[in-house]
Amino acid sequence: MTTPLQPAAISPASGQEPSGRAIVFENVSLTFEAKPVLDGVSFCLPRGETKALFGVAGSGKSTILKLALGLMKPDSGHIYVLGEDVTQMREDDLFELRRQIGMVFQESALFDSLTVRDNVAYRLEEEHALPEKEIDARVHEALTFVELGHTMEMYPSELSGGMRRRVAIARAIITQPEVLLYDSPTGGLDPVTSTTIVELIVKQRDVYKTSSLLVTHRLQDAFTMANHYFDRTSNRMQPLAQGSKADVPMTFLILRDGKVIFDGDAQALAQSEDEYIREYIS
Amino acid sequence: MAAGDLLSKIELISPSDFAKEKVRAIQEYSLLASQSLSNLFKRPLYMADILQQADLIGFGSLPIVLLTGFFTGAVLALNTAASLGRFGALSLIGQLVSISMVRELGPVLTGLMVAGRNSSGMASELGSMVVTEQIDAMRALGTDPTKKLVTPRVTATVFMLFFLTIISDLLGLIGGSMVATLLLGLDSHEYWSSTYQTLVFQDVFMGLIKPVIFGFIISTVGCYYGMSARGGTQGVGKATTEAVVASSVLIIGVDFFLTRLLIVLLGFR
Ligand SMILES: Nc1ncnc2c1ncn2[C@@H]1O[C@H](COP(=O)(O)OP(=O)(O)OP(=O)(O)O)[C@@H](O)[C@H]1O
Ligand SMILES: [Mg+2]
Repeated sequence: MTTPLQPAAISPASGQEPSGRAIVFENVSLTFEAKPVLDGVSFCLPRGETKALFGVAGSGKSTILKLALGLMKPDSGHIYVLGEDVTQMREDDLFELRRQIGMVFQESALFDSLTVRDNVAYRLEEEHALPEKEIDARVHEALTFVELGHTMEMYPSELSGGMRRRVAIARAIITQPEVLLYDSPTGGLDPVTSTTIVELIVKQRDVYKTSSLLVTHRLQDAFTMANHYFDRTSNRMQPLAQGSKADVPMTFLILRDGKVIFDGDAQALAQSEDEYIREYIS
Repeated sequence: MAAGDLLSKIELISPSDFAKEKVRAIQEYSLLASQSLSNLFKRPLYMADILQQADLIGFGSLPIVLLTGFFTGAVLALNTAASLGRFGALSLIGQLVSISMVRELGPVLTGLMVAGRNSSGMASELGSMVVTEQIDAMRALGTDPTKKLVTPRVTATVFMLFFLTIISDLLGLIGGSMVATLLLGLDSHEYWSSTYQTLVFQDVFMGLIKPVIFGFIISTVGCYYGMSARGGTQGVGKATTEAVVASSVLIIGVDFFLTRLLIVLLGFR
């Protein structure tokens, strides 16, 4: 019933076949109580690429992520995620698809009656695929990754906002999903912690080849991602050598008044003539 | 503040919008209620959550159910003694207490108690989860909240209310016997044999089918109001109150029609 019809209208820049796209938005519009939030939004996220979404507060960035997950439906248009049209799918089928997608909510949205360990382990516990010992080890690994190894037995209410954000990231990445959606993962964090998170996102992109949409208010972070790569030998993020620009699969998308006004890589963004964009990136 | 400001804050709803709103609410409620049942036949079945809820609802409600049952039976004996005494038929007290308790008061009062305690609990718990996006997070993690949250609550409430009602009935009879023997000086053996002999299959059947229906009402109404909570903490508070009111009124209303239906179906005296 849900066999997707691949859209012919948008062709990815790289000329890959349809399965080479993780997420496609096709002319998506959504109105909340007579207020148009998205107005004909189209873009395409090729597999393995990370796309940073920008826009002023209330421009519909979080809405785009929720639409991609099928948590809400657009008024018109189609959204294809991993080749399936989420606007036409039944909720039952969506649950299967969502298992391949990780989402970090803007307000973390941790389960407040579960411990940090159980929050992070949630997906593994649901899948019943691993023995408890293995789950514990995986959780510990994921939490250590975000430098929160010592919080296993605490409840989310006992953590700071930044710590909760990192737990949410650990919960999203623990099963290594094919697609990751980050909603302001560095919002309100100190520079040191946010660098850790930027590094983590770069690692997801370069090591695990995860496709992701990243909402952020900090252009700085996205530029860092665009000119760094993850070096496996040193296990650290390293700056790209001068001259080898656009080597990493990192693009930018800017929303304004419900429309996409820019979609391209860092170089194109830096060269943009548009006044609004110039002001935005300065 | 100018009067215009105040007026503009009051939302004017046309009657047809109001009706549409209600119809939509009933549709959504019916969908949730039917899903809560059909989920029982789908995997995964969250057994651990069912047991946890059963503990919360069953053992948590035990003290209030014991107390209500006991005092209801006792006061029933007191009141009927006054009228029966006039006809010199005090020995009928056991029969009256047992029939009222088993057919009507046990199920309804237990239902109301559990509605006050658990319908509100479910609405506030699920409501908070909705407004803090935890329900969305659950859906995003690939779990159906109706399977993980609603079905365990419905199953546990139906199951536990059934047993709580039986316990309440029993405590009512004990309360009645205390009054009959200690205050009215009746023979305890006579009291118990008359309570026992007077109950026929129809009475017991009616008394046991009611808690099943009431348990379903309490849990589905509580979950429905929780899942449809909007607008922050205030919205959660509103959902909680509405859940208790709606489930209590529904219990009493449905009780009448159910009793009537069963009398017709079972061919009562
Ligand atoms: N459930 C909802 N009901 C009504 N309006 C909504 C709802 N969710 C979002 N909106 C509206 O949609 C618009 C976009 O919201 P969204 O959360 O996507 O913004 P955002 O770009 O993520 O903003 P921010 O940068 O502050 O996180 C806002 O104007 C908001 O008021
Ligand atoms: Mg947002």
